[in-house]
Amino acid sequence: MSTAQTAAASPAASKTAVSPLEIFVTFLIIGATSFGGGVVAYLRDALVAKKKWFDDVEFLEMTSISNTLPGLNATNMAILAGDRLAGWLGATGAMLGMCLPAFIFMTAAGMIYSESHARPLASAALRGVAAAAVGLIAATWFKIGKKSLRGFYDAVFVMAAILGINYFKWGVPITLLAVGAVAIFTYRPHKAPEQPAQEQEDWINSLH
Amino acid sequence: MDQLPALARVFAYLSLLTIGGGMAAFPEMKVLIVDVHRWLTAEQLTHVYSTGQMSPGPNMMMVAEVGYLVSGVLGALVAAVAFFVPTGILTFAVGRIWERLANWPWRDSIQKGLGPVAIGLAVAGLITFGKTAITGWLTLLVGVITFVLVVRTKINPVFFILGGAVIGLFALRQ
Repeated sequence: MSTAQTAAASPAASKTAVSPLEIFVTFLIIGATSFGGGVVAYLRDALVAKKKWFDDVEFLEMTSISNTLPGLNATNMAILAGDRLAGWLGATGAMLGMCLPAFIFMTAAGMIYSESHARPLASAALRGVAAAAVGLIAATWFKIGKKSLRGFYDAVFVMAAILGINYFKWGVPITLLAVGAVAIFTYRPHKAPEQPAQEQEDWINSLH
Repeated sequence: MDQLPALARVFAYLSLLTIGGGMAAFPEMKVLIVDVHRWLTAEQLTHVYSTGQMSPGPNMMMVAEVGYLVSGVLGALVAAVAFFVPTGILTFAVGRIWERLANWPWRDSIQKGLGPVAIGLAVAGLITFGKTAITGWLTLLVGVITFVLVVRTKINPVFFILGGAVIGLFALRQ
C-alpha cells in the first residue's frame, strides 16, 4: 500500500485489504437477495455483522453521505464501501455486483411485459402490485419521517415540497432548488453554535 | 436505435433528481417518459415502476425495463448506465473528500436542510404515482393494508407485493 493511500485512508481502509473480486461477489449476493426494498438493512447485515468490514459508526457515516447525495442508497453505499475497502476497483466491483442481478431481472421483466399475449395477465397482476407498492413506499417514508423530522421548519419544508410538485406544478428541479436552498439557508451555520440557542432560550424564559 | 441518445439524456438528467431515493424523481420521470417522449402510457409507467419494487437490489433499475421497452437490450443498457454512472461518480468523489468537509460548516446545514426536502419530494412523487395506482376501493384497500402491516410488523414487504400481484391477477383483470 502506498503512503498516499495510507494517509488518505479512513479507519476501514487501514484494515487488511479486501480483493475487488471478493467485494464484487459479496455485493452480487446482496444485489440478488435484497428483496422487498430496504437494501440498507441487508448491507448492514452483510458488511457490519457478517464480514466485519466496517463498524456501526463507519456504516452510519456512509449512510448519511448516501442520503445527502443524489443516487440510490443501494448504489451509493456500494460505491462508498467499495472505495474504502479497495479503492476505485473496489467501488466498481461493488457497484457492478449490486446492479447486475436487478439489471437482469428488469430486462427479463421487460421481455415478458412486451409479449403481447402475456400483457393482459401481467397488467392485472401489476395493478395489484402497484397498489401494494403505494402502501409499502408510504410506510417506508412514514418511518423515515417519524425518525428524522424535527420541529416546525421541517414540517414546513415537507409541505412546501409536496405543494411545489402537486399543487403549484413547479416541477422537480425547481422545487428541489427553491425549497432546498431555503431549507439549507434556514439551517445555515451559526458563528457560535451554542450561543444563539442559549440566547433564544433566555429570551423565551424572559417572556414568562 | 435512434432513441438511444434520448434515453441517455433523460435518465442521466433524472438521476440527478433522486435526492433521498428514486421516488423524488417520479413526477419528472412521468412528464418526460409519458408526456414528452411518449415512450409509455401513464399506466405502463406505473406497471414498470411497480415491477421495480419486486426486484432485488436497487429498485430504480426499473429504468432498464423502460430502456428495454423503448429500444431492446441495448436500450436497457443505455438507460441503466445513464442513470447509475453519473451519480455514482459524484458519490465516489464526495466520499473521498467527505472527511475534509467535516470542518466545512455548511456540510451539516446541507444535511439538515435536505432531509425534510427529500421526504417532501418522496411524498409528492408517491401522490403522483398513487393517482394512477389507486383506481378503486380494492386497490385502496390493498394499499392501506400494506401500509399498516409494513409499519406494524417485521414481515418482509416482498410478501405484500406478491400478495398484491395475486389479488390483481384474480380481481383486477379488465
